[in-house]
Amino acid sequence: MAGQLSIAKALNEALRKSLENDPKTLLMGEDIGKLGGVFRITDGLQKDFGESRVIDTPLAESGIVGTAIGLALRGYRPVVEIQFDGFVYPAFDQIVSQLAKMHARALGHVKLPVTVRIPYAGGIGAVEHHSESHEAYFAHTAGLRVVSPSNAHDAHWMLRQAIASDDPVIFLEPKRRYWDKGEVGDAADLPLHDARIARGGTDATLIAYGPMVKVCLDAAAAAEEDGRSLEVVDLRSLSPVDFAALEASVKRTGRAIVVHEAPVFLGMGAELAARLTERCFYHLEAPVLRVGGFHAPYPPSRVEEAFLPDLDRVLDAVDRSFAY
Amino acid sequence: MTVKSTARARKKAAPAVPDNLPAGSGAQPELIQLLTPEGERVEHPDYPLTTTPEELRDLYRDLVLVRRFDAEATSLQRQGELGLWASLLGQEAAQVGSGRAMRTGDYAFPTYREHGVAWCRDVDPLNLLGMFRGVNHGGWDPNEKNFHLYTIVIGAQALHATGYAMGITKDGTDDAVIAYFGDGASSQGDVSEAFTFASVYNAPVVFFCQNNQWAISEPTTNQTKIPLYRRASGFGFPGVRVDGNDVLACLAVTRWALDHARSGNGPVLVEAFTYRMGAHTTSDDPTRYRLAEETEAWRAKDPISRLKAHLDREGLADEAFFASVEAKSEELGLRVREGVRSMPDPDPTLIFDHVYAEPHTLVDEERAEYVAYAASFEGGENL
Repeated sequence: MAGQLSIAKALNEALRKSLENDPKTLLMGEDIGKLGGVFRITDGLQKDFGESRVIDTPLAESGIVGTAIGLALRGYRPVVEIQFDGFVYPAFDQIVSQLAKMHARALGHVKLPVTVRIPYAGGIGAVEHHSESHEAYFAHTAGLRVVSPSNAHDAHWMLRQAIASDDPVIFLEPKRRYWDKGEVGDAADLPLHDARIARGGTDATLIAYGPMVKVCLDAAAAAEEDGRSLEVVDLRSLSPVDFAALEASVKRTGRAIVVHEAPVFLGMGAELAARLTERCFYHLEAPVLRVGGFHAPYPPSRVEEAFLPDLDRVLDAVDRSFAY
Repeated sequence: MTVKSTARARKKAAPAVPDNLPAGSGAQPELIQLLTPEGERVEHPDYPLTTTPEELRDLYRDLVLVRRFDAEATSLQRQGELGLWASLLGQEAAQVGSGRAMRTGDYAFPTYREHGVAWCRDVDPLNLLGMFRGVNHGGWDPNEKNFHLYTIVIGAQALHATGYAMGITKDGTDDAVIAYFGDGASSQGDVSEAFTFASVYNAPVVFFCQNNQWAISEPTTNQTKIPLYRRASGFGFPGVRVDGNDVLACLAVTRWALDHARSGNGPVLVEAFTYRMGAHTTSDDPTRYRLAEETEAWRAKDPISRLKAHLDREGLADEAFFASVEAKSEELGLRVREGVRSMPDPDPTLIFDHVYAEPHTLVDEERAEYVAYAASFEGGENL
């Protein structure tokens, strides 16, 4: 795939390839047909693959996921689009009680290869319910795999890997990065659930995923000017987590700061901090710190920048880590 | 036998059921009935049914055996062998009638009370008891008998049934699906969403609502102000109310509904008007919320005694037949009792099996930690 692609286009190409390669793959969602989805991720796909494979559904999220489960039981491989993060909750039972548990309920007799794509997180100046980071709910649920790419290459290949997986995958798309461009390679270079060192460093490890990887890379670049070498690990997968990669990095640097948009309290950072403390206790120079959203509803867009971790809040946490 | 899009099915696209009863008028909707509570065979112009004496005897045997299985399970719960049981007592005809209406390729999506449907799908009754004993959450292969796992969250399976039916349409086969649910589930959003999806995609699914009058302690009046079958008209497909204690009517109406659906005419809602004679489950106490008189009135409409009366009155079965059914019933009871009592507890590592279809590092780690922990106890290596 020569040239630079936006994340949106890389996702679109991944869906196209998946539809081409497997006649059982279906897309389902609201406005994904003629409109191409509100973010145009499915642009042109209904025209090329028809209404029976790119399905404009009724406006009912539980219905979308519930019927996707039924289609999966019939042998199909549905890829569901939830229009915005905050609209997934009506489907919560179907995701956590049905989709996640049915394979175990059947003692392995049925598989649920359903991918649930959700544009998530904030920073686009949206109204309420359009900027949420709810990854912890899904990562907390056994039976679901949860991943979030940060760049065009991963967006493309991780989506293809997610669709190919025989397990349900919650695929969280960083909507504010949809238009960021990057090179998309000709093959996946990592398994779906491996973390990646996005930038090498020696003094502290920044751990992020999805939209916060760019913020951390920017923070690392700024810190370099101050003489600090920060490593940035792009987690990519939130269930399972590649703890081996994190452990290796943190044992080298001795410091870890987890960054996400989701509220800090009981967020991914809490789990990462606890596990890294267990695994790296004698290597840590400071407690694992967390930077994230507040324990408050996602704010009105005029003040969302105060809620969202940015370069300065990340560097402030780095300073606090070094102050120990 | 393959029933393609028949003229009969098309003709019935709009059944002759009055659909314009004013709410609260007190007018009773038509109840499709082919066998009166006294065992008299009656005809209905829209739902003709021809049965051989052997078919009637087979249905009778089904009803008796399903009731026996249910009674054994209730006893096993009382003896501490099962943690819970959801009895189908009183609903045998609705389940056997609809279950026997299905063809081999059809697919059922049950609630947790469809023991009679499972029987008709030839699911081993012992499979149903594992989840109530607590050795698994179901665990049978749904595709072996086209009988999905029991679903406990009320109404959730209506969407699975609809999605499965959408898949049938894509495959271009003439199979059909039954989504089972109850009067309580009719209030769930998932059931309404299933109606919507099935309707707009013309999915070959029959929504089979057993209105047993009670959702634990809540009467149907807490769920609806109109007869439930009339909900269908708002979604654009036919709804029919059938006497749920009449196995012949349930058979005829469901067979028609399945043929309607498989012929490309879209979904049907069948409301089987019946009664939950027992408690909601073995944990429930219906004396707190309903009168014995009501239950007694329904006992007079018992699904088994009316078919027995019919067989007797028409001379379609002799003493030898009833003795053979009784013998089969005893045999089943014994098999169920012995099967449950000898059902082994699973190895605790079952917890980690089948969480995912593909390897997941966290589950693998936790399994290894648990196994090592368990082995650290004296004798733990024998775990």
